[in-house]
Amino acid sequence: MDNLNLSKFCIRLGDHCLIMAHRQSELCSNGPFLEEDIAQINLGLDLLGQAEALLIYAAKLEGGTRTADDLAFRRPERQFHNFMLTEQPNTDFAFVIVRQYIMSLYLLKTYQALSKVEDDTLSGIALKALKELTYHERHFAMWLKRLGDGTEESHERTQTAINELWMFVGELYEEDEIDFMAQKASYAPTGIEMKTFLMEHITAKFSEATLETPHSIYMTTGSKKGIHTEYLGYLLTEMQYLQRAYPDAKW
Amino acid sequence: MTKFTPIEKVYQLLAEVPDPEIPVVNIIEMGMIRDVIIHDNSVEVFLCPTYSGCPAMDMIDAMVKEKLAEHGFVNTVVTLVYKPAWTTDWMNAETKEKLRVFGIAPPLGNASSKKGMLNQELVACPQCKSTNTEIKSMFGSTACKSLYTCTDCLEPFDYFKCI
Repeated sequence: MDNLNLSKFCIRLGDHCLIMAHRQSELCSNGPFLEEDIAQINLGLDLLGQAEALLIYAAKLEGGTRTADDLAFRRPERQFHNFMLTEQPNTDFAFVIVRQYIMSLYLLKTYQALSKVEDDTLSGIALKALKELTYHERHFAMWLKRLGDGTEESHERTQTAINELWMFVGELYEEDEIDFMAQKASYAPTGIEMKTFLMEHITAKFSEATLETPHSIYMTTGSKKGIHTEYLGYLLTEMQYLQRAYPDAKW
Repeated sequence: MTKFTPIEKVYQLLAEVPDPEIPVVNIIEMGMIRDVIIHDNSVEVFLCPTYSGCPAMDMIDAMVKEKLAEHGFVNTVVTLVYKPAWTTDWMNAETKEKLRVFGIAPPLGNASSKKGMLNQELVACPQCKSTNTEIKSMFGSTACKSLYTCTDCLEPFDYFKCI
């Protein structure tokens, strides 16, 4: 993989982490109880750290014309490549849990592949992130079971979250030319490997939590081309506010 | 008077830089300093972040530069290294005891074992040493800690996660 394509690959992964980190940060002071509030934002902090490391490396690979901060705060929606699933709002706690559980599985599989590449920077980031993701997956899986197999109300709301978010899962194993290049260099699993991994874990965990895996096959597509749901625009407006209002502001 | 080599001097100074979150231990004891290289006109310190998103990293970077500058090393470069990934296994028994005395239960077991990684060891209360403790939250005051309560002395405490 040449530097420019590797940089695009890192930006995609960095974007997933960055947008999820922002969504998690929105839970600050809005968690269901204090300990969980702290847990959720700590998980977001891990993701922010992963995003930063990936975007710093992407900026370096690009040739240094943009910094990691430029990438995070000075790109418009169409230049973001995070999956639509990652930008979905924290409608209620069940949406957070379902979104983050599925994305934790995606990141685990992605970092497993990356941890074995010869590129020391990327394998280093991945090895570190894998340790963090082990905790993430465990935490979200615990909640999934607690909500799904909990009260009638929690079960229903979790099933609703699954049903409404399901159409965004297809993007996680969709492939384009950058994915093919990454797969050829063993930087990423193939789409079918990712799909199998996700579906095996999701169906097993959903069933354990007495939840149903939807049968619908309609899946959205577009984030690899910079097409998003309306929610990303609002998210960026808030996340990028400071740099938009006061360009080059320093702490 | 003993004359120290520049490298030895740098390590001595780094041992005076505390972890901003846990002031009783320094960044060498935490295992965060991976290497030091003296170049012609600069000193390069290789620092391994504990967690990807550790908010103390920028502060540690600034503290290292400030400490070395005070002693004549005015041109310091702090390079972050991610590989091998930081692990609590790099803390020695003495460091772990310092954590315990400070009120943080030190990491148990070995990060390479799943039992250690997933908090399945019996965590002893750092105050009364009882192992009748229960986990309140996987995540405590910082990303690297979990929140526990001792069911004997009833004190809440932080457990430094094994990672």
